[in-house]
Amino acid sequence: MTFTLSALGPALPELLLAVSAIALILFGAIVGPKSTDTVNGLALAALFAALVLVILGPSQAVLFGGSFVLDDYARFLKVLALIGAGGTLVMSVDWLKIEKQSRFEFAILVLLSTLGMMMLISAGDLLALYMGLELMSLALYVIAANNRESVRSTEAGLKYFVLGALSSGMLLYGASLIYGFTGSINFGHIAEAAREPSLGLIFGIVFVFAGLCFKVSAVPFHMWTPDVYEGAPTPVTAFFAAAPKVAAMAVFVRFAVEALPHVAHQWQQIVVFVSIASMALGAFAAIGQRNIKRLMAYSSIGHMGYALVGLAAGTEQGVRGVLIYMAVYVAMTLGTFACILSMRRKEGMVENYDELAGLARTSPVKAFFLAVLMFSLAGIPPLAGFLAKYYVFLAAIEAGLYALAVIGVLSSVVGAFYYLRIVKVMYFDEPAAAFEPMSTELRAVLAVSGLFTLLLFFYPAPLLSAAGAAARALF
Amino acid sequence: MYDWPILSVVTFLPLVGALLIVLMIRGDDEVAKRNARWVALWATLVTFVISLLLLAGFDSTSHEFQFVEHKAWLGEIAAYRMGVDGISLPFLLLTTLLMPMCILASWESIQVRVKEYMICFLVLETLMIGTFASLDLLQFYIFFEGGLIPMFIIIGVWGGKRRIYATFKFFLYTLAGSVLMMLAIMAMYWQAGSTDIAALLKFNFPPGMQTWLWLAFFASFAVKMPMWPVHTWLPDAHVEAPTAGSVILAGIMLKMGGYGLLRFSVPMFPDASAYFAPFVFTLSVIAIVYTSLVALVQEDIKKLIAYSSVAHMGYVTMGIFTLTQEGIQGAVFQMVSHGFVSGALFLCVGVIYDRMHTRDIAAYGGLVHRMPVYATLLMVFTMANVGLPGTSGFIGEFLTLLAAFGRNSWVAFFATTGVILSAAYALWLYRRVVFGPLEKESLKTILDVSPREMASLVPLLFFTILFGVWPQPILDACNAAVNAIVARADVAAGAIKAASLVLP
Repeated sequence: MTFTLSALGPALPELLLAVSAIALILFGAIVGPKSTDTVNGLALAALFAALVLVILGPSQAVLFGGSFVLDDYARFLKVLALIGAGGTLVMSVDWLKIEKQSRFEFAILVLLSTLGMMMLISAGDLLALYMGLELMSLALYVIAANNRESVRSTEAGLKYFVLGALSSGMLLYGASLIYGFTGSINFGHIAEAAREPSLGLIFGIVFVFAGLCFKVSAVPFHMWTPDVYEGAPTPVTAFFAAAPKVAAMAVFVRFAVEALPHVAHQWQQIVVFVSIASMALGAFAAIGQRNIKRLMAYSSIGHMGYALVGLAAGTEQGVRGVLIYMAVYVAMTLGTFACILSMRRKEGMVENYDELAGLARTSPVKAFFLAVLMFSLAGIPPLAGFLAKYYVFLAAIEAGLYALAVIGVLSSVVGAFYYLRIVKVMYFDEPAAAFEPMSTELRAVLAVSGLFTLLLFFYPAPLLSAAGAAARALF
Repeated sequence: MYDWPILSVVTFLPLVGALLIVLMIRGDDEVAKRNARWVALWATLVTFVISLLLLAGFDSTSHEFQFVEHKAWLGEIAAYRMGVDGISLPFLLLTTLLMPMCILASWESIQVRVKEYMICFLVLETLMIGTFASLDLLQFYIFFEGGLIPMFIIIGVWGGKRRIYATFKFFLYTLAGSVLMMLAIMAMYWQAGSTDIAALLKFNFPPGMQTWLWLAFFASFAVKMPMWPVHTWLPDAHVEAPTAGSVILAGIMLKMGGYGLLRFSVPMFPDASAYFAPFVFTLSVIAIVYTSLVALVQEDIKKLIAYSSVAHMGYVTMGIFTLTQEGIQGAVFQMVSHGFVSGALFLCVGVIYDRMHTRDIAAYGGLVHRMPVYATLLMVFTMANVGLPGTSGFIGEFLTLLAAFGRNSWVAFFATTGVILSAAYALWLYRRVVFGPLEKESLKTILDVSPREMASLVPLLFFTILFGVWPQPILDACNAAVNAIVARADVAAGAIKAASLVLP
């Protein structure tokens, strides 16, 4: 087998990210701390270039003997992950500077973690899955502790690392069991071998699913989420909420649908339970939260539960629902965190949502967009969040998962309570002291995500058809 | 009929008005406030005038949907479909008619955040008209649910003391009812392969499935109506809402529940409707008697009217589920009439609330000495609320009671006691507020109705009397459409009867 460089074309975005990460590390190490601005700018440019390459690049390819799969599904999710990573990087540069946490390593770690996500999304076998997952996670552990003087931040990093390592171990153990009982690590070959559920295979599936549930922070593997979200610097939290979830959900769906189609009945039960538990916990546990970052942590747990409703259906319609859900989720998360990042007074950042009191009068535009995002997170029509929920539940009804659907929509009513409470604080309460003006980057991210959320229903066709094409690639 | 999409124009014109306010009006000074008010008034007036074209072009002899529009929208899941028939048109016109009055009623009583207030009302108008004009289930649901957002803001920002509690209760109650309907819509889509209402009206769902779908839809509409025992959000929301908010809630939003029952539950699930009719009768009769009794002991004027609304909606549900021509026509008539009468009553309360800033019945008395015109207006509306012959309130109650009598004389018997009770609470309220000596110092300088207030009350007075003596326009408009519903219900009832003959 001869090897030509041009054969690597489909992996060009990944190569670009890898090369630029290495080059930027060298650059930063040689030039020192004053290189931070340049590194940030170049990292952003690299992410943008990767985005363009993904969109313009080939849509169908298999590399490295099946380890790396490029299809419409992978492209859709890579675009999402890159938007999530790029969006948070845009928002964090200024913030980190003001908070004096600016380091050139930050942007590079974001790059590396994004590279891991892209590998993960394209993973075609268990080994590639594990490699992508570890590359993504290791970078995440470090940036969780980016603020190394803060006890909370280092605690968040350490907690994430210890629990993450444990979950990786479980995943690896499950992967070895699956290999042992099917004789292959390639998803396609596993699917052929795993026609009958054997006890060993089911054990393997359970362990791999446990590892993946940890990464998407689904109940009962969610314990790390609120603490890490609260402890990590806010831009890092935004990054955690947006990008890695997309990648982990992507590989979760791909692994379940491509490798285990014949034992769907077995894993479906797991996903149904995890989904119900996440939706319910996300709805009820967030009610008691005052810290908006913790609240968003529980909110994201709930949203992963809704996305998993689509996977539980296990159909093409369901996968499509998951993809639409993740796209809308990324948009809403970026916008919400743009607001959270701007909750700054002269004396510093505030994280309690009561501080938003009367925002509708001190800065009406920001309050309007945040209210739109909150209604959308609650899933009220005519906002984007409703469309996302509609598609996943549509798939659940088609698959006959009525109990799951009923519990899901009822927990969304409970969840609506705490989103409404934020609207209430902004619109009905007497104004508190105004925040410092928002930076241009935050304004731009908030406006784009708010308008997307508000106007998606007027022209949903592009998103729907892209998600439809992506879902078709798996079947 | 028209070569331009008239329904879309009527629906989205208020939204254009709201956009104008957002884009054109800056600042928060007196000029900005005045401009916002005028833009809102003109937007609603123009919408009303255009909606009259619908009336002019409407063919009341046909039960088909008219002014139909169709555009691709959400792929295979749903399309953008608009159209009206004899059932939706009266509600649509009621909406466009009441909106300018709401704007007028808020002219002076709303002084803070006027711009936002007007935007909320215009957005709400678009969503309400869209609800009545939608011919696609998902599209209907989006308009239906979307209305919660502006109403949540309206009650929460411009409401009374307990507004936060009231608005949360309103929102969460209604949402909890509606999400189950959303699942039912999905199940209908997978069963029938479409969310086109016109197609679904011809589709026969399996009877076992109908039961579940009916219950899911009923959960939503019963909360919206509201029916006993899920009515408890309504007194809170009505009392705390600003005057115009109460008018919209009582005048239009409650009708969405009745409209939904007529549009979906009865014709799409005829077997289940026949099966559940006794259940609905029971709830309706309890609502009529119980909430009338509760209204008797209220000390807050708005709360009293709110409970009386629940009782009047009881006649509507009772009339609908008689599944007869008179019953359903009576229900439609009752809803339209209640839109005028309860809207007017809330406007009347607003008139004295703006002057005295209290809704306590005990704070008033002897108003007739200072406010003769007001006393006359309130008297007519009170009589209409009681259902006095010659006012529009009578026709609807009479028709529904007549139909109920044909079905079950006990139901009619208990429902008729509600008429007596409503006379008791309404007239007693009138006596305590208007008659008696004018003793309270605070009332001795109160002024009579202003021209602006007259402008919003007199049209309602006109329609209340007009439809009381000449009910034909509304009855004719919905005749053909109701005929189609009854025909479907009869087929189902016939099938049930046939089945019971076969079974031993």
